[in-house]
Amino acid sequence: MTDTASKTRYHIYVTSREGIFDPAGATALRGLGQIGFTGIDDVKIGKFIELEGDVSAEQVDEMCAKLLANPVIEDYRIVEVG
Amino acid sequence: MRFGIVRFPGSNCEQDVAHAVTYLEQDFTYIWHEETSLGEVDAVVLPGGFSYGDYLRCGAVARFSPVMEAVTRFAHEGGPVLGICNGFQILTEARLLPGALIRNEQMKFICKPVSLRVEASCDWLDKPQGTVLTVPINHGEGNYVCDERTLAQLHASNQVIVRYCAPDGSDIARAPNGATDGIAGICNEQRNVFGLMPHPERVTDPISENNTGCTDGATFFTTVIERFA
Repeated sequence: MTDTASKTRYHIYVTSREGIFDPAGATALRGLGQIGFTGIDDVKIGKFIELEGDVSAEQVDEMCAKLLANPVIEDYRIVEVG
Repeated sequence: MRFGIVRFPGSNCEQDVAHAVTYLEQDFTYIWHEETSLGEVDAVVLPGGFSYGDYLRCGAVARFSPVMEAVTRFAHEGGPVLGICNGFQILTEARLLPGALIRNEQMKFICKPVSLRVEASCDWLDKPQGTVLTVPINHGEGNYVCDERTLAQLHASNQVIVRYCAPDGSDIARAPNGATDGIAGICNEQRNVFGLMPHPERVTDPISENNTGCTDGATFFTTVIERFA
């Protein structure tokens, strides 16, 4: 038997901070225009992280602040999924 | 004078730094990233490369290497620390320098000689303001960004040391990688920690002029040698 009962899964979304240029998003936006898609206002490309373990949301927040994201350039959003 | 050149897994310019300081008749030692002490060194260089494969973010994992605690202590005690390219990225991740380096504006890896305009002096560069130096860049993530408050502070305390420019020194905001205000290199408030994206170590020995047309790397090392030897 494993102690899966105490494990929690988190989804973490890391994106460019407001006001920080996102070169990958800008390039994708331009590419979409080149192949004929119209009406797109903005594209932002970030990171999606899945994390599972016996850890609290507060601990995951600390992990994001210290390593998984760089608060100088990135925002992050943590979603507990089970 | 003895340079400590830190090696992370994925560093690939440490031998260029060793060659540069040897050419200038200085001593050096390599410091493995797992070391907790720097040993007897007078200056520390974080070389270019792809520490930890650039995974997560450039320099993000390297900054937690055991050696970085010793580098941080050395920096806080006034010891001269130079971060070149990936070393600059590590210094920003470690918060020894403000801001961050993100993907080049055009998403292209750029490898070419560039003109740099000297804006201010620090322990690693002491040339009259306006001096133009030619040094190669070699990076995909050299686009310097920071918030407006930090930018204002960098300018107010003359921490912007070199900016990309045209060969005649004009057009100082023209950065090949899209860097904010054309910033190529900055120092900390104490002026002993200096990070830049260009590679002075590659154009220190005049032999490299044949390949690159650049000869301006030596001045970065001779400045620190004059001040700390």
